[in-house]
Formats: sequence, C-alpha cells, structure tokens
Amino acid sequence: MRILVLMRQLPDLVEELEISSEGTDIDRELVKFVMNEFDDQALEEALLLKESSGAEVVVVALDEPDVDQALYTAIAKGADRAVKLTGVSNERWMSTHERAAILAPYVEESAADLVLTGVQAADDLDGQLAGVLAGLLGLPHAAVVVGVELKDSTVLVTQELGGGRSVDEEIDLPAVLGLQAARQAPRYAPISKIRQVTQAGGIEEVAAHTPPEASATAISLRRLYVPERSGHAEMLEGTPGEVAERIAEILRSRGLVKG
Amino acid sequence: MSNDILVLAEHDGQAVSDITFELLGAARRLASGSGGQVAVALVGGAGLTGTLGAASTVYVVDGTSGAIYSPEVFEKAFLGVLKEADPRLVLTGTSTMGIDVAGALSVAWPAPVVSYVVGLEAEGTELVATSQIYGGKLMAEVAIGGPHAICAVIAGSFPADAGRSDGTPEVREVAVAGLDSARTTPRGVHEPDTSGVDIAAAEVLVSVGRGIGGKENLEVVQELADALGAPLAASRPITDQGWLPKPQQVGKSGKKVKPRAYLAFGISGAPEHLEGMRDAELIIACNTDPNAPIFDVAHYGTTADLFDLAPELAEKLGS
Ligand SMILES: Cc1cc2nc3c(=O)[nH]c(=O)nc-3n(C[C@H](O)[C@H](O)[C@H](O)COP(=O)(O)OP(=O)(O)OC[C@H]3O[C@@H](n4cnc5c(N)ncnc54)[C@H](O)[C@@H]3O)c2cc1C
Ligand SMILES: Nc1ncnc2c1ncn2[C@@H]1O[C@H](COP(=O)(O)O)[C@@H](O)[C@H]1O
Repeated sequence: MRILVLMRQLPDLVEELEISSEGTDIDRELVKFVMNEFDDQALEEALLLKESSGAEVVVVALDEPDVDQALYTAIAKGADRAVKLTGVSNERWMSTHERAAILAPYVEESAADLVLTGVQAADDLDGQLAGVLAGLLGLPHAAVVVGVELKDSTVLVTQELGGGRSVDEEIDLPAVLGLQAARQAPRYAPISKIRQVTQAGGIEEVAAHTPPEASATAISLRRLYVPERSGHAEMLEGTPGEVAERIAEILRSRGLVKG
Repeated sequence: MSNDILVLAEHDGQAVSDITFELLGAARRLASGSGGQVAVALVGGAGLTGTLGAASTVYVVDGTSGAIYSPEVFEKAFLGVLKEADPRLVLTGTSTMGIDVAGALSVAWPAPVVSYVVGLEAEGTELVATSQIYGGKLMAEVAIGGPHAICAVIAGSFPADAGRSDGTPEVREVAVAGLDSARTTPRGVHEPDTSGVDIAAAEVLVSVGRGIGGKENLEVVQELADALGAPLAASRPITDQGWLPKPQQVGKSGKKVKPRAYLAFGISGAPEHLEGMRDAELIIACNTDPNAPIFDVAHYGTTADLFDLAPELAEKLGS
C-alpha cells in the first residue's frame, strides 16, 4: 500500500501581502512561505494510516520556495520518502490546473493506491487540486474529508457536508482525497529531529514532466487588489483598559450585561 | 454558443439549500442582461422542483441513492446535464459539493474554473468574476472568455431572496447511464450533533480562534464568557484540535449563529468563518493584525492583544 501526500507552500497569511508592480501576483520576494495547513492534516492522516496498516508514505511537492523545509519536516514526522519535482519555474503564481497537469504523470507512474492532498489552498483561484487531478487521472475522489479508514481494496471516507452534517462513503482504490482535518491534531516534530533529517539529506529529485501549453482551462487574471474596507469596523484606540471600558459600555448600552 | 446559465442545485432531500437560491438570483440578473435562460440541475430530490421557479428549466437526474450525496454520482449526473444543456456558465457554491465537482467537471467538460467568487458581471461577451483569495486578504478580478465556464461562489455573496420564487419551471428528466456502477458507495449520513451547548440559541457569544495559542489559555476567554453569562464558541482550528467540542464551531462546516453580540478573539475572519456569523447584530473583534478581514464585518474592532484585553473586560463586566 502506497500513500502519496501532495504538499505545497503558501504565503503566511499572518504577514502582510504586497501586490507586485504588474498587479497580477503577490510580491514573492517579500513573502514568508509556510506549509499549507491542510497539507499538515493530510500528512497526519497518512501517518495514522501508516501506523494502522503499514502503508508506505511518500510526500511529493513541486520545487517551490522553502519546500525542502516542509519535506524534511514530513520525514522527521515519519514519512518514508520525500520527492521534489524539479525543472518547473517557481517564481510566479501557478494555477491549480497547471499544478495538476504537472503532478498527474508523476502520480500515475508512482503506482499510488491513495493520494491525499489538503482540501484547498488560499490561492486556489481556479479550483481545488483533488478534483482536477482526479479528473485528469480518471480516479474517484472526495474533498472536505475528515475521516479515512483503509479496507482491502477500498477506503472508507467521511466527508463534511456543512452545518454539522457529514456523509460516509466507500471508495474504490486508487482514489484522491482532499483532507480537511485528520482524525487527530497534527503531530509536532522536534527541531532536533528535523535538523538531523535535514543533515542526512535524502530528498529525491525527479525531473517534472513539462506541463502542456495552457489549455482551455486558462483564465486571465486582470488584477489583484486589496479589498475596499467599506464596511470597516470602528477601531477602538487606547490602552487595553480603555478599550475594555468602551466595549463594556457598548454591551451595557444594549442591555447585554447581566447584573 | 448559448448564453444560458446552469445552477448546480444543493439540497438535503427535504429542501433546496440557500446557496442555490443565491446562485439563482445572480443567474437571473446576469441572464437578463445577456438574453440567456436560467436552468437548474437537480440530482435526486425530484419533489423539490416547485421551489425552483426562478429557473425556466429544471434538469432532473434520478436513479441515485435518494438524497445521499456522493461525489462521483453527482459529478456524473451533472456531466450528463451539462452535455444536454450546453450552458455558457455553470454556477455552484464553494461547498463540499462545489469543491468536489467543479474541478473534476472542468476536465471532463473542458471549461475554465473560477473559485471563491463573490461578484459576477457581464462585459460584452466576456464574463468578469471577482474572487476573494488568500483568506479574504486580496481580491482577484478575472476575465473569462470562451464558450464555457464554471464559477464556484462563496455562500452569502448574493441575496437568496432574489432567487426564491415558486412556479412551475419546465422539468426535463435526464437519463444518465452508468450511475450505479460508480466506484463510490454511500454508507450513510450523520445528522448534526445536538449535544452540549446550543451556541445558535445564545444571545451573546464569546468566540475564540487560533490567536489563543493553546488549550491552556482558554481560561482567559472562559472568565470573560462567565462574566457575560455567554457560552464559548470557536473557529475551526480550535475544534479540530479538540480544545472545544465540535458543536461549538461557528462557520461553514459548523453552526450559523446570529446572536445579539458576537465577540471574536484571535479570529482572522476567513470566508468560511464569516459565513457562520456575519449576520450577528453586533460584532466586536479583537485581533492584533490591523488588516485581518474580521474587521470588515465587525462593528467595533481593536488591535489590542487578547491576553491583555480579555482579562480587563472580564473584570469590568464582573464588577
Ligand atoms: C471546506 C472548509 C470549511 C471550513 N469551515 C470552517 C468553519 O466552519 N469555521 C471556521 O472557523 N473555519 C472553517 N474553515 C477554516 C477557515 O478557512 C480558516 O482556516 C479558519 O477560520 C481560521 O481560523 P482562525 O481565524 O481561528 O485562525 P487564523 O486564521 O490562524 O487567525 C488567527 C488570528 O489571531 C490573531 N492573533 C494572534 N495572536 C493574537 C493575540 N494575542 N491577540 C489577538 N489576536 C491574535 C492573528 O492576527 C490572526 O488573525 C473551513 C475551511 C474549509 C476549507
Ligand atoms: N504543486 C503542488 N505540489 C504538491 N502538492 C500540491 C501542489 N499543488 C497543490 N497540491 C496539493 O493540493 C492541495 C490543495 O491545493 P490546491 O487546491 O491546488 O491549492 C495542496 O494543499 C497540496 O496538498
């Protein structure tokens, strides 16, 4: 049983995002990249499946800024192998359809039984990867997955439907799943372990298949902009004590404070 | 090329979901400018066509396992409708169903996809979509040419009332072969967990997000909640970590709440969170990041540190 976990880096949304001078991408020089949080969930689920069924876990990523760090962290947490697909420009925003076109041939050759990805990434302007990739490979798929259990030739999946409802389904392998949350919170790898793994090296570099020319699925991004803060909150200034006093007044004036 | 717009309906077997009416309203507005027709694709739920009067045609695919959702069955069924209806534009929500089918359909019925859409306009023969990306921090304006397109729209972007109308649209049954041989077998639906505190019934909610840093810190907001006699609510990362029970989650996959006051501490305001609380009467947000999108829906905001503010506020209210 081989499980691939497809991972990628995303700008850290806690930091400010600047728009580049062309106006159609963020300024990548200034961005701090971190692992997509949902990939961390996908990896955790894969590691839980490895523990219960002995599956091999292979993490796969395109060569993107700071991705080595994420791949080594995955090995430190228990992934068996880490693969980096090289030779693709990594200095601009890449659409989901482009990413999927590059990943699909690798996934096919890897003879994976199960492919896990994060449910979405914050820059998924043209759709989410799991569905597009499954479409290209002709595989069954499910997104917003919060539970995975391996059977012999199938996988039992729980998908959240929203509003607290969920659905269970049994899907034939191989399949592609977009993970929302693993069954338990993602584990941490000690820094010392990550350092040790990084020193040992061991990321496999594989030349990526060149993606086909932008296909019918291309959209044209005219501009990126910071949303107008039309309905912006009235900001309360002052010391925490003063701000607390104002909030208390607001709540009292609306009769929301008991006693 | 047709100018028709097809909405992929969502329902739970009993009723059509709000998002479908929101999309229908948006479709009606676009179609009235471009001269196209509005249609709906409904998989299962054949009894629900009477609420879809905003459309002129409802394509019904049956022969599925009742109301139970299954990504593969729905994808195949929708593909059957797309081939028959050949619309210019397909609208779906950024719901589980939308995330499942938009990408896969875009490969099988080659079409560009725009996701996280919050605005749609026609400009001559082009469609222009506005998307909210990077967790709501940036907007993208995207032009879509070509004969086909799929847009996945964030819930709450368009008013549902504009798409609500009883009536008798033309119902067309679409037979799709091979639905039963699907590789995905539904095994059952779980209804929402109604145990514990009902945050949807509370007058005031103190809600906490990842800014709290750790389970041990919840005490800080718990004291404030106690002072207000309010239950604690939370964003998704808090319940995913198991720091608070799942029924206390607010948002797309959690509960929709509309309290008289919603106090958000350390919550960034991702679209999936806003979906669950933006209609609260009063929203007060505490977030150290002045650019956090939560401030766009909040009435009052502060960039104070929650660890400074929450205890001060608890003390002022407790006395
Ligand atoms: C299909 C799907 C469904 C989803 N459903 C939901 C849902 O139902 N509900 C939901 O909430 N999310 C949902 N999400 C997740 C959502 O996308 C966000 O990831 C989530 O809402 C972020 O939670 P947060 O704001 O607590 O965390 P973050 O985005 O990490 O924000 C934490 C904030 O805390 C601030 N902060 C940090 N320290 C302090 C401090 N000391 N004082 C004050 N502020 C501080 C930071 O500036 C930051 O803005 C869903 C996602 C998907 C893909
Ligand atoms: N270039 C990539 N390399 C590896 N995994 C990817 C790549 N792009 C997307 N993914 C996976 O798919 C998830 C969702 O991405 P997407 O929906 O394309 O933004 C990511 O979080 C990863 O798990």
